[in-house]
Amino acid sequence: MPIKVRIPTPLRTVTKGADEVTVVGNTIKEIIDNLEANHNGIKERICDKDGQIRRFINFYLNDEDIRFIGNLNTPVKDGDQISIVPAIAGGVDCV
Amino acid sequence: MGFVKGLKCRECGKAYPKEPLHVCSYCFGPLEVDYDYDGIKKVLTRKLIESRGKTMWRYQELLPIDGEPTVGAQVGFTPLVKANNLARVLGVDELYIKNDSVNYPTFSFKDRVVSTALTKAKEFGFKTVGCATTGNLGNSVAAQAVQAGLESYIIMPADLEQGKIIGTLIYGVNVIKVKGNYDNVNKLCSEIADKYGWAIVNVNLRPYYGEGSKTYGYEIMEQLGWKTPKHIVVPMAGGSLITKIEKSIKEFAMLGLIDKADTKLHGAQASGSSPITTAVKLETDVIRPVKPNTIAQSIAIGNPADGFYSVKTINVSGGWAEDVTDDELVEGIKLLARTEGIFTETAGGVTVAVTRKLIEQGKLPRNESIVISITGNGLKTQEAVINKLEIPKIINPSLAEFVALIEEKKAAARR
Repeated sequence: MPIKVRIPTPLRTVTKGADEVTVVGNTIKEIIDNLEANHNGIKERICDKDGQIRRFINFYLNDEDIRFIGNLNTPVKDGDQISIVPAIAGGVDCV
Repeated sequence: MGFVKGLKCRECGKAYPKEPLHVCSYCFGPLEVDYDYDGIKKVLTRKLIESRGKTMWRYQELLPIDGEPTVGAQVGFTPLVKANNLARVLGVDELYIKNDSVNYPTFSFKDRVVSTALTKAKEFGFKTVGCATTGNLGNSVAAQAVQAGLESYIIMPADLEQGKIIGTLIYGVNVIKVKGNYDNVNKLCSEIADKYGWAIVNVNLRPYYGEGSKTYGYEIMEQLGWKTPKHIVVPMAGGSLITKIEKSIKEFAMLGLIDKADTKLHGAQASGSSPITTAVKLETDVIRPVKPNTIAQSIAIGNPADGFYSVKTINVSGGWAEDVTDDELVEGIKLLARTEGIFTETAGGVTVAVTRKLIEQGKLPRNESIVISITGNGLKTQEAVINKLEIPKIINPSLAEFVALIEEKKAAARR
């Protein structure tokens, strides 16, 4: 189940310059782990040492902020589009 | 020329050159401008400031530009009004309104940040600028980009108030309406800045842009006679303004331009979009994003960029935060208009109503000086009040009918 992930400029150093990569996985958490398998070092840039997404990074699944739809456990499916966007905004789970 | 050494990450401290960058490439923390304060201290005095024109640029050493301002040379130095009538109604001794509803050229405090950002954009050599906006910012970018000879793209939620939309379209710039709320627009603009390399003022020029807000604070202090008030109440959307007012006070104290820096900063939001006031009231610095639902569209940001830092600012200063309903904010708009003759927009109504609430709660002591931050103009958000006003009776051009009407009004007043 390949899923497209948009990579922001500051992370392209670990994707050899690619602005979009494909990866497999059933949840956002699996996507991040598989991104790390393909692009060594990307996970520590995205996540803090507890494995949570850093305060200053937003993840979007099909343009919806994942904090509104299940955070790391958000299910993903074939054909979905994920965007990683430097937040300009910080926060954790939504209410 | 200027006193900017470069940028540095607010989280990890990593230094960056003076470029159109906004996030730390390692920890993704926000970048901020790093000034040579020793150099500034040698030149900037009260006397020098007072000798200059009455605009925000009288503090230009503390703004992140290298040359002279090239955009918005007339912006700022709006009135600080001693609000005796409103003070009487609210039962306080010393109350002021810092009135950016009459800022130049587009009637909101955003003119300050935009003139700063576009001057910087020109220094960097950009030809195209843009912004994600809840309305006021778009008005100002559009107007000032025209003045500066820059192409602009204004990207906004599709359902903004008509005054805000017309107030952008009139300048003949590129307007993109997006299905969704401001947070959706903001995310799109981050991707646009990345893909097109335009200067999106509140994305990749954000470190420079935000600095313009400090002039709102500098002016309050200078207009009070080089003194700080005990309290400032500030509306919060992304939460940047309140942090920049705090910075303005700290800088003035550091430079010896004021003696004391003990102002308590209080934050105001609409209850339908209150992630920051909620965090303050729960005594946490964790911001939980919300989907905004309020008529105060100019401050309807559910995932505030500077939410974390604004909570810190409020706590460190010893201030507090409150939010008010849409009905309360409309009453706030009417109260300010009917006591001080100032017609503010929804965000201003929020700030007035929150001030009232904080006074009633005892968070704002009645014998200490208070400044209310009015940041936008009511003519842009007429929808908020159009159905809340008395509809005047229509008469013929007849003196008899006029006399009858006056008698009727007198009788109604007696009842």
